Amino acid sequence: MSEEKLPESHGSAGEVADHGDPFADPGLPAHEPRRTDIDERAAKRAERQVSLMFVISMLATVGFIASYVAIDPDKIVYIFPLGHVSALNFALGMTLGVALFLIGAGAVHWARTLMSDVEMPAERHPIEADDEVRADVIQQFRTGAAESGFGRRKMIRNTLIGSMALVPLSGVVLLRDLGPLPEKKLKDTGWKEATPQKPLQLINMSTNSPMTADDIVIGSLTFAMPQGLHTHDEDFQQRIAKDALMLVRIAPEDIKDDTSKELGFQGILAYSKICTHVGCPISLYEQQTHHALCPCHQSTFDLADGARVIFGPAGHPLPQLKITTDEKGFLVATGDFDEPVGPSYWERAR
Amino acid sequence: MKKLSARRRHPLAALVVLLLALAATGGLYAAFAPADKAQADVAAQSLAIDEGKKLFAVGCSSCHGLNGQGSSDGPSLVGVGSASVDFQVGTGRMPAQQPGAQVPRKQNIYTQAEIDQLAAFVSSLGPGPVTPTKEQYTSTNPEDISKGGELFRTNCAQCHNFAGQGGALTKGKYAPSLEGVDAKHIYEAMQTGPQNMPSFPDTTMPEEQKKQIVAFVRHTTSDEPNPGGLTLGSLGPVTEGLFGWIFGLGTLIAVAIWVAAHTTKAKKS
Repeated sequence: MSEEKLPESHGSAGEVADHGDPFADPGLPAHEPRRTDIDERAAKRAERQVSLMFVISMLATVGFIASYVAIDPDKIVYIFPLGHVSALNFALGMTLGVALFLIGAGAVHWARTLMSDVEMPAERHPIEADDEVRADVIQQFRTGAAESGFGRRKMIRNTLIGSMALVPLSGVVLLRDLGPLPEKKLKDTGWKEATPQKPLQLINMSTNSPMTADDIVIGSLTFAMPQGLHTHDEDFQQRIAKDALMLVRIAPEDIKDDTSKELGFQGILAYSKICTHVGCPISLYEQQTHHALCPCHQSTFDLADGARVIFGPAGHPLPQLKITTDEKGFLVATGDFDEPVGPSYWERAR
Repeated sequence: MKKLSARRRHPLAALVVLLLALAATGGLYAAFAPADKAQADVAAQSLAIDEGKKLFAVGCSSCHGLNGQGSSDGPSLVGVGSASVDFQVGTGRMPAQQPGAQVPRKQNIYTQAEIDQLAAFVSSLGPGPVTPTKEQYTSTNPEDISKGGELFRTNCAQCHNFAGQGGALTKGKYAPSLEGVDAKHIYEAMQTGPQNMPSFPDTTMPEEQKKQIVAFVRHTTSDEPNPGGLTLGSLGPVTEGLFGWIFGLGTLIAVAIWVAAHTTKAKKS
């Protein structure tokens, strides 16, 4: 680079104030211009690079939405260092990552190559600013805006606005799946169809068949769902999230809570499997202590004492389903839970 | 036939018939009578019980009582069955090293023959789950793995983790990792419900399903197909968070330092 193309350096900034004072403020080193400051071709190139990053970011966001729509969630592909991975997860992660990274990288590149990098020391002042200073600030802001080239370099401005406007769409696409408000869906479960006249059988989730009281032995753990629910139903996952039961049998003399004993049948107790804290499936059952533990936040329930909360953040005992047997000896429920299953929410009575 | 019928009135004919009849009876008896074998079995069984009782007196009776009736240091073994003995002694959990929240797996000090003798003695105290045969826990059907996976997620994953890596319980208890556990021992644990594990008796979980779960566990903990890329030990949020903090944030910090350290100043040359 030839000497005459470089602008004059500011002589005063690099001067040492007083040679006699060992602690004197050395001041700022002389300002050095960047290539883009002095070479308009380099500046143009940097401008194109920044814009290219923003454009790729936009394409990646479009790619994110396209992948979300187009790629089959079950598709597995082989990608070298990762092995067999889900094509959808890989595409979503890569496109969103590229979209966000390139906005950041473009902004950094822009700031480092095109925006003014003149050192501007600011002395500390009182908080109040007089008119003169304010006018100066406005002037500085205008200068800064002019120096950033935000108004002048329209391509960068427009592509930045474009990429920033498109990125939130990823969030809208994802959050839309959370669906409408809960309404009254949390108040009752699939067991509400049971009545004393027409009880619902408890179906063993492992064998898909009803159980007799003798099938449940002391120390065992069994999971049940209501009669009429099938694992291949379209809404199975939604329904089992409220209907799931865990059945334990506790020696009647070990049951401390009388109401709980009456709701059960000969020591067989049917509790909701859904934690009353935030609704995790909870069935880490310790058959010697009769404690059931939630894996998420360690809420611990004493199933021998009406599923009382003995540790952790859960606010309510686990709801218990009243069970009995029908004329064929199969375990049945004659009604819904007394209270909503699962986590606390505003409209909940207690 | 004419020769035979001509001699049927011979004085020795009755003797010949008698001898033939005796030979036939003896032959049939030797072929079909189970008496000898049964006696040998009973003898072997009672010998095993005797031997088991001796082993029990040495290794187990200080906690479980001389006749397995239990004491303040150990539960009664009446009715626990041979499957329980085979699991507890076969995995080295019994005899227990020391009392505590949970008895851990350790080196087994008994031979399989000795374990069988102990099991014979304990099952003579009262009926209980019987040690499974190889056919009961060995699956040959590849479909069993996916069926077992569903059953595992319903019944086992909450404690033992989705990939059988184990997990924590309350007050120092834990669900152990299922990696490298014998198929037989997994089956027996489901049958008998050792320590704080609930049992899954044949009435609520039939033999066939236990076999499927064993097939899934053996498959998952041995030659895992790895569909999600890096497993990070299949432990879930702990290792994933650690990885994110160290490698994810570390990379970001490194990039920030790199950006700050490299200026684009044009040097006067």
